[in-house]
Amino acid sequence: MFRNQYDTDVTMWSPAGRLFQVEYAMEAVKQGSACVGLCSQNHVVLASVNKAASELSSHQRKVFRVADHAGVALAGLTADGRVLSRFLRNECINHSLVYEAPLPVSRLALRLADKAQVCTQRSWKRPYGVGFLVAGLDETGAHLYYNCPSGNYFEYQAFAIGSRSQVAKTFLERRFKGYKDYTPEQLIKDALSAIKETLQGEKLTSSNCTVAIIGQKADGTIEPFELIDAKKIQETIDSMEAAEAAPTEPSSMQEEGRGSDAAPMDI
Amino acid sequence: MAWQQAMGSHAAGGSQAPPAAAAGGGETQRTQYPYVTGNSVIALKYKDGVIMASDTGASYGSTLRYKSVERIKAVGKHSLIGASGEFSDFQEILRYLDELTLSDHMWDDGNSLGPKEIHSYLTRVMYNRRNKFDPLWNSLVLGGVKKGPKGDEKYLGMVNMIGTHFEENHVATGFGNHLAIPILRDEWREDLTFEEAVKLIEKCLLVLLYRDRSSINKFQIAKITTEGSTIYPPYSLKTYWGFSHFENPAQGAVGSW
Repeated sequence: MFRNQYDTDVTMWSPAGRLFQVEYAMEAVKQGSACVGLCSQNHVVLASVNKAASELSSHQRKVFRVADHAGVALAGLTADGRVLSRFLRNECINHSLVYEAPLPVSRLALRLADKAQVCTQRSWKRPYGVGFLVAGLDETGAHLYYNCPSGNYFEYQAFAIGSRSQVAKTFLERRFKGYKDYTPEQLIKDALSAIKETLQGEKLTSSNCTVAIIGQKADGTIEPFELIDAKKIQETIDSMEAAEAAPTEPSSMQEEGRGSDAAPMDI
Repeated sequence: MAWQQAMGSHAAGGSQAPPAAAAGGGETQRTQYPYVTGNSVIALKYKDGVIMASDTGASYGSTLRYKSVERIKAVGKHSLIGASGEFSDFQEILRYLDELTLSDHMWDDGNSLGPKEIHSYLTRVMYNRRNKFDPLWNSLVLGGVKKGPKGDEKYLGMVNMIGTHFEENHVATGFGNHLAIPILRDEWREDLTFEEAVKLIEKCLLVLLYRDRSSINKFQIAKITTEGSTIYPPYSLKTYWGFSHFENPAQGAVGSW
């Protein structure tokens, strides 16, 4: 039943200074199907793998709009994710109701992290079993955060969570240095490539992935959260596959990646 | 609360007595009228930011009771607030704003509330209190400058005791709304320099000093730009009371006096 004697409630320390229940919650994130997020100066792209429980069922939604200027992708217990998405929407709506201005994403991520933290310090609670990629805009540009069940959160240029996300991370580590100046189309392409890495054998089609984008123009006008429609995703996938089939022009991207001393994104 | 109890008794289909009487000793008194009041505040946008001015008087009823109270204050890094109306309510509002800017600062994430956000917040506070039949008896002017994606954005707005709010290039409260606004409409320009803006605002203040019996000859001017806010020490304007109409106001007037 228990893996060790410190495996009772969330608040119990192990002598090694660990909280096992919290670590198990972080395992739940790794069980969920993969999500990636990548960020340029003014745009953020979120993408997720859609997995249906059976041939007969639809898949769970994993990418949610929070407000015009913010969205999330999640991996882990989608039910927990749904509840937290509603919380995030609430925070955004309340802020804009009082201040008539969008809630800065950094604060959105922080409030989410604070909510997760409470669950690591109350014996009668359970940590949320879901990892969040929070994407959004504020005065300083586009941002991408990863929120963990432990209450930690980190800002990233590009990140992947969920099952087999390590391959996607490796892919992103090879390429993230150029992301700052990427166009939205380039970001979407790389998001799809990263997603593809996690699929292992399965073929990437528009029906087994979701892609969303948020951005702003140079003058600060927001291009609101938008789920990219399936047709456009399929076109992008097709063009990527066509380019792979005929690798006549030397790929400059790969050259760029070679020799980069990118830090590993392990947590 | 009295009115809630009254509602309750109505819902129960009970007594025909007037609600207040039915509530008995549970009555609560709201602010029914102001006690110590300040008068006009004038503010306008100019080339580099926003300039705001008021006198430093506060009246107890119609008695000029206090002669050097500051009715213009800085709020956070990007805003100025000016108030006319009940002075204690203004002090209460300053407390709210202190709390707000402090907690904003304590997030420590580089984000800060701009004049637009503060104005919106005040609007909600004022309207909320009016809906409780317990208004904060003020007209508030909010001005400021904050860096936006489109460069420095100037902001100037007003909100009154019933929550009515708007944004304008120039605003004035109290008597100023009647006496200064026509002048500002005639003479305000987007590209006024600070010196020109001071001149224009002094012209308005002087008119108010002549015509508003509760205004006093001790004024404060404040400005806010991207560099921050400056509230200047009080000073007086030169007046001339020798006009014939001042000496004999009844002359040529139609009427019994």
